[in-house]
Order: sequence, then C-alpha cells, then structure tokens
Amino acid sequence: MSNLLSLQNIWVEYGDKVVLERVNLDIATGSFVSIVGPSGAGKSTLLRVILGQEAPTRGQIWLDGAPLPPECGPDRGVVFQRYSVFPHLTVLGNMLFGLECAQSPFLSRLLGAHRRTAIAEAEAMLDAVGLGDSRDIYPAQMSGGMQQRLAIAQALIKRPRILLLDEPFGALDPGIRADMHGLITRLWRDYALTIIMVTHDIKEAFSLGTRVLTIDKRRRDPHAPHRYGATAVYDLELSRKIQPVADGDKSITVDVSGNN
Amino acid sequence: MRWVNRRPRRGTSILLGAIPIALLILLYLIMAASRHQANPNDKILPLPGGMADAMSALLFQPDQLTGQFIFLADTMASLGRLGIGLGISTASALLVGLLLGVLPPVRATFSPLVTGIAVIPPIALLPILFIAFGLGETAKVALIVIGIAPFMIRDIAAHIAALPREQIVKALTLGASSWQVMLRVALPQAMPRLIQSVRLSLGPAWVFLISAEAIASDIGLGYRIFLVRRYLSMDVILPYVAWIALLAIIMDLALVRCSRRIFPWAHGAQH
Repeated sequence: MSNLLSLQNIWVEYGDKVVLERVNLDIATGSFVSIVGPSGAGKSTLLRVILGQEAPTRGQIWLDGAPLPPECGPDRGVVFQRYSVFPHLTVLGNMLFGLECAQSPFLSRLLGAHRRTAIAEAEAMLDAVGLGDSRDIYPAQMSGGMQQRLAIAQALIKRPRILLLDEPFGALDPGIRADMHGLITRLWRDYALTIIMVTHDIKEAFSLGTRVLTIDKRRRDPHAPHRYGATAVYDLELSRKIQPVADGDKSITVDVSGNN
Repeated sequence: MRWVNRRPRRGTSILLGAIPIALLILLYLIMAASRHQANPNDKILPLPGGMADAMSALLFQPDQLTGQFIFLADTMASLGRLGIGLGISTASALLVGLLLGVLPPVRATFSPLVTGIAVIPPIALLPILFIAFGLGETAKVALIVIGIAPFMIRDIAAHIAALPREQIVKALTLGASSWQVMLRVALPQAMPRLIQSVRLSLGPAWVFLISAEAIASDIGLGYRIFLVRRYLSMDVILPYVAWIALLAIIMDLALVRCSRRIFPWAHGAQH
C-alpha cells in the first residue's frame, strides 16, 4: 500500500512547552489508524496538525506527495466530539453545505437542476448513515448519536482523502457507541476511506483500527514537565484487520434501521 | 412544596403579574384623591379625569399653529427618529460585528477603535453632534446611533467570535471560503443575537431620543414632556410616559415573536 500521508520530524511547541517532538509517521491509503494516549499527551494536537488547524513549529507534512498547507481544506474531513454540525441548518441543509460551497462560491446557494442533483446526493449519503427519514429536522432535535451520524455524512459527502475523527463517540451511550462502530466500519469499507481516529477508549482503538498508535512522552523531567514532548511510542500494525471481516453490523439495540 | 418548585400556571401568573401594577395604580389614585380633597386645583397628582381632559385636547384638536394633531405628530416624529437610529445601528452592528467577529485581522485593526467609542458617554458627544450636524433631525439620530451602535457591534462581534471553533473548522473542511463562513455560518447565527441586542438597546435608545428631544427640538414625545414641565402639567406628562412605556413594551414583544418565528432553531428543541 502506498503512503497517503507522511509526517516528517513534526514538532509542536507553545513557548517553552514542547507538546510534540520528532513525530515521524507514514499513513497508508485505506488504513484505519487509532491514536490513543494519556490525557493531555498531544493526541488532539497531532490531529489538529494533520487537519491543518494548527501549524507545526518544525517539520513537514505531505499529502499525496505534496506539502500540506497549514490551513483546513476539503481534502481532509473531520468529525469532532461536539459542535460538528451547524445548529441553524436542517439535516439536509447541513448536508448541502459542502456541495453549495464548492459549486456556488458567491451566493453559496444552488438552484434548479443543480440543487436537485445535490439533494439526491445528500439523501443517498443520509440513507447510508441511517438518517434518511430525518432530513427536515434541526440538530437540536436529534440525539447525540444522530448528530454524530450527520457529522460523518456531512464530512463524507465531500469525498475527503482522509477522515479525521476526534473522540467522535466519546459522548455517546455504550449501546449507541456499538452501533456507531458498526457504521464507521461499514463506511470505511464501502467508501475505501482512510481514517485517523483519536480516542481514549483502548478497546475501541483496537477493535476498529488496522493500526494503533500510542502517543506519549519518551522522556520525562520531573523538574520541568513541559521540557519534553510526546511522540508515537508504540506503533502496532494489526495486520489481521487489513482485510476487514464482515462483522460490522453487530448491533446491541433492536433498532434495525439504526437511526439512533 | 418548596418555593423554587412552585410554578404558577399561565392564568395564575398573569393574575400574579397584574397584582403589583393594580396596587400601584390604586395607591396613586388614593394619593391623588386625598390631594384633590385638600386642594381641588392640585397639579402634581392629577386624577384620571384630568388626564383625559388634557390628553383629549392633544389627541383630537388640531394645533392652531400647524394644523397637526399634536399627540399623533409627536409620536410619529419620535418613532421616526427612533426607527432610523435603530435601523442604522442594527445594520452597522451586523456588518461591522460580522467582520470583526469572523476576520482576525479586521478585529485587530478596528476593535480598539470600537471599544474606545463605546466607553465615551454618548451624551458628552451631544454638543459635538449639534455643532457638526446642526439642531435638526441628523443630530438626534446620530446620538441614538452613537449611543447604541458600539454596544451592539461589540455584542455581535463577541457572539460570533465565541462560536465553537469546531464549527468554523468544519466549514473550512467542507470547502468554505472566508466569505462563505461569514455568509453561511456566522451571519445566520448572529441574527437571533442581533434581535436580542436590539431588545437590550431599546431602553438606551429611548433615553438618548428623549435627551436629544429635550435639549433641541420642536416636536416629539420627549420635547412635549419637557415643554409642559414648565407648567407642571403632570396631566400630560404621565399619559405621555405611559404611552412611551407601552410603545417600548410593544416593540419588545414584537421582536421576541419575530425571533421565535424566523429562527426556531435558536429557541430550544421544541419548534
């Protein structure tokens, strides 16, 4: 498999505080990378750097062989733990947003046939995540699980090269979380996605990922805890998962349509 | 049951709300009646009949000089000034607030200026406005705008800047430009806050309107109150004040209803 994303000698420093040091990573196309590590170790910082929300102090990131600009763009989709959907737009409006931005730079509204095409595409994606029946409600009327489904669908409609997930299921009930695991595994397989997921749930990291990275400090100075940054201390390739088995749809709730 | 858990029903709460108002009116009537018993020509606390007489002249008899119905003309003049002032303030708050809130370079450039203007007591600028714009309508509208626009701009800018960073990042990953973030993410979410901000600014706007009218004007609700003060005409002042209060309440209620109707997503889950 070819390398889609390549991080070379990434450092992130805030003043004297070193958050990440010497991170070198190659991420293959089609892999599902889970990132685990203690709280505050820099998991989310690493994700923000890959996302382009934050520029590394040193080092370079390459996506598809081209240097990555330090700015978020449509080649990298993201789902956060919260606030990932727009509260002022309906489900359909949230889905259309990405398509409207690309096709109508000034008004960002689509009309006529373009709008119908976009709606069809959005509805197909909503069906894929099990939100086909909720296109006209607002996020405030949806449960946390439904909002995360919407956030995933909204990101996928742009066909990103990489999907970044920042503790996407952290705020969900265990049952719904299991449904979401099934969903994300299925989407990963069906759409041939490359996914990087930050999580604090080690079980989740191993059950979903094809590769698990542990981010932690290699060295510690008790008198200057911020002197050393974190890096990937363990890098486990779960080779048995590279050809994923069809166990994605195990759900512990009776909701067959899966729209919770 | 503890008092924190007692929730009056709708009918009860209307009744409860009416009690203090009714008591206050009753207290006034008792005091007015007792003063009138001592001195039938008392002007300080007029009886309702006296107010009705005084107001009917302003309401139904055209002014000999101008041929206008004074009460109507006063109301229209004041509402006109207030409306233009609020309109300019709201439009500038939306435009400037949006730019300040979304674009960090614009915020760095103009936020000190807006803060500086906001801390100047607007009434202190009134002489400058009179010198610059003369004693006409412009100065009065300008006082309202200077009085409330900086507050509204800061409020909107702060509200937009406080939108979750995740939302902006999400919009950018969906391919939005700065313009699209402003138009599609910030603007719609600023609108309910803008209405809230107008509601909060209504009080100060009235203060500045009445002040400007009191100092230099020949028509308007504030002008009339300060004019008849010379004759101790409480029988005109009190109905005028009540009328101003009523107008303010109507505007406030209209804004709330408007916000609930247009922006259901901003008012909780029960649409």
